[in-house]
Amino acid sequence: MTSESLLVQTIVSDDPALRNRPIDGLCHRLNTSALLAETERLEQFRKSSANLYHAVRALFFLYFIHRFSLPRRRQCPPVGRMPFPAVQMLRERRFEEAIRCFKTHSARQCPSASVASGLATAYRGLAFQKLADQVRSSVRAVRGNQWMFRIGHPYDHPLRVAEPLRKVDPDSGMYPLLRERTPVRMDLCHSAWSDIFFLGMDFPEGARVLNISVDLGVMGRDNRPSPPVEAYFRVIDEPVLRLVSIDLGASASISSLREVFDFAKDSLGLLKAAVIASGVLPPGIEGYGQSLAHFLESLVGQRRGIELASKVNDIPQGSRLAVSTNLLSALIAVCMRATNQIRNIAGPLSENDRRTVAARAILGEWLGGAGGGWQDSGGIWPGIKLIQGAAPKEGDPEYGISRGRLLPQHKILNTTQVSEAAREHLQASLVLVHGGMSQNVGPILEMVTEKYLLRLPEEWRARQESRQIFDAVIRALKQSDILNLAAQTTRHFFGPIQTIVPWSTNHYTETVIAEVQGRFGRDFRGFCMLGGMSGGGMAFFFNPKRQADGKRFLLQTMQSCKNRLKAAFPFAVDPFVYDFSINEEGSRSDFLAGENALMPRKYYDLTIPNLVRKESPSITACERAELRTFAQACRQRPEFAATLSDMFACLMPQEPAGSQHEQNLRNLLRKNGFDPLQHERIRSDLQAGRIGLMQNRIPSTVSVEDAAESDVADGKKLSQNKQLTEAGEQAIRRGEVAVVTLAAGAGSRWTKGAGTVKMLHPFCRFAGKHRNFLEVHLAKTRKTNADLQANTPHVFTTSYLTHQPLLQSLRQSGSDRGIEMFLSEGKSIGLRMIPTTRDLRFHWEERQRLDEQQEKLQESNRAALLQWAQEQGEGKDYTDNLPFQCLHPLGHWYEFANMLRNGILRRLLQARPNLQYLFLHNLDTLGAHLDPALLGFHIKEQASLTFEVIPRWADDQGGGLARVDGRLRLIEGLALFNKADEFKLRYYNSNSNWIHLDSLLSFFGLQRPDLADKQKTAKAIREVARRLPSYITLKEVRKRWRHGQEAVFLVSQFEKIWGDMTALQDIQCQYALISRQRGQQLKDPAQLDGWLREGSADYVNSLCQWP
Amino acid sequence: MAAISKAVITAAGDLQKNISMQTLVDRNGETKSVLQIILDEVFQAGVADVALVVRPGTQKAYREAAGAAGKQLFFIEQPAPKGYAHAVYCSKDFVKNDPFLHLVDDHLYVSRRGESCAEQLMQAAEAESCSVSAVQTTPEHYLHYYGAIGGRRLPQQKNLYQINDVIEKPTPTEAEQRLIISGLRRGSYLCFFGMHVFSPTVMERLRHRFERSQDNSPRFMTGVLLELSRCEKYLACELAGNRFEIASKYGLFQAQLSLALEGKERSRVLSLLLDQLATHQLQNSQ
Repeated sequence: MTSESLLVQTIVSDDPALRNRPIDGLCHRLNTSALLAETERLEQFRKSSANLYHAVRALFFLYFIHRFSLPRRRQCPPVGRMPFPAVQMLRERRFEEAIRCFKTHSARQCPSASVASGLATAYRGLAFQKLADQVRSSVRAVRGNQWMFRIGHPYDHPLRVAEPLRKVDPDSGMYPLLRERTPVRMDLCHSAWSDIFFLGMDFPEGARVLNISVDLGVMGRDNRPSPPVEAYFRVIDEPVLRLVSIDLGASASISSLREVFDFAKDSLGLLKAAVIASGVLPPGIEGYGQSLAHFLESLVGQRRGIELASKVNDIPQGSRLAVSTNLLSALIAVCMRATNQIRNIAGPLSENDRRTVAARAILGEWLGGAGGGWQDSGGIWPGIKLIQGAAPKEGDPEYGISRGRLLPQHKILNTTQVSEAAREHLQASLVLVHGGMSQNVGPILEMVTEKYLLRLPEEWRARQESRQIFDAVIRALKQSDILNLAAQTTRHFFGPIQTIVPWSTNHYTETVIAEVQGRFGRDFRGFCMLGGMSGGGMAFFFNPKRQADGKRFLLQTMQSCKNRLKAAFPFAVDPFVYDFSINEEGSRSDFLAGENALMPRKYYDLTIPNLVRKESPSITACERAELRTFAQACRQRPEFAATLSDMFACLMPQEPAGSQHEQNLRNLLRKNGFDPLQHERIRSDLQAGRIGLMQNRIPSTVSVEDAAESDVADGKKLSQNKQLTEAGEQAIRRGEVAVVTLAAGAGSRWTKGAGTVKMLHPFCRFAGKHRNFLEVHLAKTRKTNADLQANTPHVFTTSYLTHQPLLQSLRQSGSDRGIEMFLSEGKSIGLRMIPTTRDLRFHWEERQRLDEQQEKLQESNRAALLQWAQEQGEGKDYTDNLPFQCLHPLGHWYEFANMLRNGILRRLLQARPNLQYLFLHNLDTLGAHLDPALLGFHIKEQASLTFEVIPRWADDQGGGLARVDGRLRLIEGLALFNKADEFKLRYYNSNSNWIHLDSLLSFFGLQRPDLADKQKTAKAIREVARRLPSYITLKEVRKRWRHGQEAVFLVSQFEKIWGDMTALQDIQCQYALISRQRGQQLKDPAQLDGWLREGSADYVNSLCQWP
Repeated sequence: MAAISKAVITAAGDLQKNISMQTLVDRNGETKSVLQIILDEVFQAGVADVALVVRPGTQKAYREAAGAAGKQLFFIEQPAPKGYAHAVYCSKDFVKNDPFLHLVDDHLYVSRRGESCAEQLMQAAEAESCSVSAVQTTPEHYLHYYGAIGGRRLPQQKNLYQINDVIEKPTPTEAEQRLIISGLRRGSYLCFFGMHVFSPTVMERLRHRFERSQDNSPRFMTGVLLELSRCEKYLACELAGNRFEIASKYGLFQAQLSLALEGKERSRVLSLLLDQLATHQLQNSQ
């Protein structure tokens, strides 16, 4: 049966022309019943195939069919109910069961678009789960890693710390120190993400990178480039594992095994992963209940311990130079040397050692829940090398399972292949920078995997072009033709890379490139994107004679661009320029003894203050000896000269953190309408347990039923009704409508709590330019006005966070040209609070489960957050962050209320006395526009509010349209007592709604002239507000410290929600079902790719007129 | 290969100080020094010419420890502690161009059948006409005590292996990468038993090494044995017996226990053990 399948044949064919056929073309050739039959065959095939990649590709095909192909078919009902057990299975990552449940539900019929969305999510999740399982199994099965999973008892531990490290130096009284110094790696050609493990294992021939080991220095800070990554190992005279991250300013003395395996407890997860992956405390011992002291005794002797320290010379995250992976590799290497697993305790590594360290680094990354590419540990190899995917041989764990091996092959290019002159020319031409951005590239890696495995035509062609460019880059390098090399990397960035993942570039990067181009003309030779996406680590080629100018100009340009765009992009640090040089040695180690056995200077800033505060008897002999040697070094060694003054500052009692900060916060609260009485009431309710996530819910006795089809007007039919369209168009022409875009929120999901302004994020390219949400919304109004010769005004509601940046952006860009625009400034504000542990636990109960290892990390992270909440005080004010990050808007209900309070509505009505209707929508709802038919419907039915709802898909979180105790209303997901009720509700709230102004004012007890009366307006708002529930919500907030280090916390806030207006008895509401393209909300950047591919971006573009 | 008539026992290592002078009760119930027990092993295999490589000034003590056999021993002094390989090399004039049996004095060998371990090894070497090292399956957590081999089992043979690789005290990582032998339990490797039959090539290779470069002379035999595996047939033989490293923690105790349990006073020792356990248990429960 399966052999007859077009899609199965495509997967199994040996002929590349057949195997690489794109899925969308194949789907187009099939009618719906044939396509459904194909899904059945694929389903059987993927279950029976022993070949991992056949099964995974079949899963991706099934995902594509259900996500993109079936929902467009006429036979596929747009609305359907999703079986809750299936949704529950999805959340628990029980994908096979979810698929079975969804399929049983659709009972051999064409599934509804809603059910198809659930199946698509399940197939995609299962595909990635299978790939991750294979990587995990390969990591464990690599020879040299296996033994570590067998060790469970100290008596079985086969490693001992090397003898020379266990002998105290008789003169200094200190143990020797082993130091590993490792360069980082630069992927000069950009591998087009072909080094992702999944892809290297699918298509090893296509997985190739040009990987260069480089030393770094920061221009203006460091004298010369040096290996930026350093790892230190020594024996200590205390039976603990002491871990120190010098850059993060974190240290811990660990005395229990449980804590070693608790990765997210502190900032020392990477060091813990290294201790485990190096075999010092092998992964097999986790959970065996043995004591750490026993293992340490077996490793290093009685009453002795180990100290491991790391340093990355303050290079922040997002460098795209694989700093973390190379640090992990350096830590692993130093631990392996110290335990005789590497023959040479000092000096460079042998080729075999490098491969072992690389395999262990992959293991370490897997343990740490991260997953970079296989080239990332390239820094341990020297110089310039080609790294290529390799086919598995008999005996390899991947043999017979995947086409490629987990570990690639490394081929070092010697000076005959790449001349000294070429190396010098490269170093004289290239400028390495950190643009300041640090973004999560995880979603991009998933997008690339999905696209490559689906063989999407444009992306597949781009991949072939990328391979040609790779060859051209290598040729150019071998011919010392750096000019051509730069041309190739530029072509790569603007061509294949952006075709494959449009989100790899951004407005900031392209602005910097354009400014450099404008200034340097032909002396600017090209650009190279390093790593997963641009904006952080990047490289620019210049005429060598102008390299120094280029460096200075780049520094200024990046900084000024950052200043202009800082509200729109989550910059982690100020941009900076590196000095770099190629490292021709790779990772090497030094055995430091006697007075040389001192840690780096900054280590002592961190540890000595604690040491001198210790009671004298508790200072160990080695610590005493180290203090003596350190004091001597401060007098004699120039690099230690500044230490004493820095340390003195650390020893002195610190002034209470930021009285200026508190002043700023108080000013902000005062200026933005903070209500301290309300705040104290909420705090006291929260602390007493009267309000909280659980109390958000309606009582369990309230019945919640799905709305009937007859409760909802079909938007499709409405749009075909010419009379309604005509009525709407006339109202628009007469100036009876205004658009209100809600833009006060912090966009927490979009920015991951970074506190930037989502509205200003240039998220997508339209008409050749990156456009932000503000521009898109204005462009839609512009088009409506142009099409209907109207002059519709557009209001954007703002808040303390968004008002000034929006105002500034409009002044600079003039994107509101031709549109009368109003900013409605927020006049209500809240102060975030430390969440209660009760709410935190409740919140996590309903979260989606993650991959096994990530879930483990998540658990550890959660424990840390719970501890943090308890230590800080549940319900206390959250003030330990930038002032803006401590505040919160009070929910979008207040955004309408603010229009009454701040006089904007009054001004609007004065300017537009004809104004009758408002079209109010979220800034995330990019497809929302003035649809005349829907307006006509709203006018005709004379409702106060007409809400637009969309068919619910699997990823839509939250409530929807329901009959609550028989009454039709919108209900929030967080108010539903029973989670299963959420998925009973087929209609999801888009939060776009049409408002009849006078009837809404009248509901508030107001008439147009009353808007001039501030007291009356305020009273009216308070009274309506009192009738609406306040919800406690937990939001992510990001905190940054030191050099781009970040942590995400959860904080409590409260809000009132606009959709709850539908719950009030005396307001007339109605509902219209609209298409998902119009009503779906872009909440998370990870949605962008699907949004683009399904045609939603084109749809939005068709609604816009660009200035 | 000619018949094996010579044996070399090395006893010159730092850690071997006096270890073979300790006394134990052998399997016949007689109290003997370790050295005597080792010599019994050699003589039982039919080798009469035995050389003992010792540190300078220790001959007398060893001769006494050897008891009656002391008179027929040939003593060789290793002038300086230059390592194990050098100790073997010191016997070059004794060995000449003959094959020889080699043992170390800090190991005790307990056979599980009638033939001694040395007899079993010599039978294998004579039958295969090549160098053969005795090996014992060893779990990975003991790897840091021994040299270990990689290779493959000879067809139709239960206990003979072709040696392809030799590593001194490998890490489990190296062992997993280079020393896995099919048929062995996961995490188990073939480690040296401390007993070898060497062809004359071994002494040639040692001579070559020590005379070529004094500074770079090897401390261990593993480098030479690796060369041996590359230039001529060199096998490993898993014997029906156990070796005990008596210098290790509880090594002497284990060796004594094993000898006793394999010997004629087995029942007596077992009852002593039971009595000890029961008394200990009784005292604990009170």
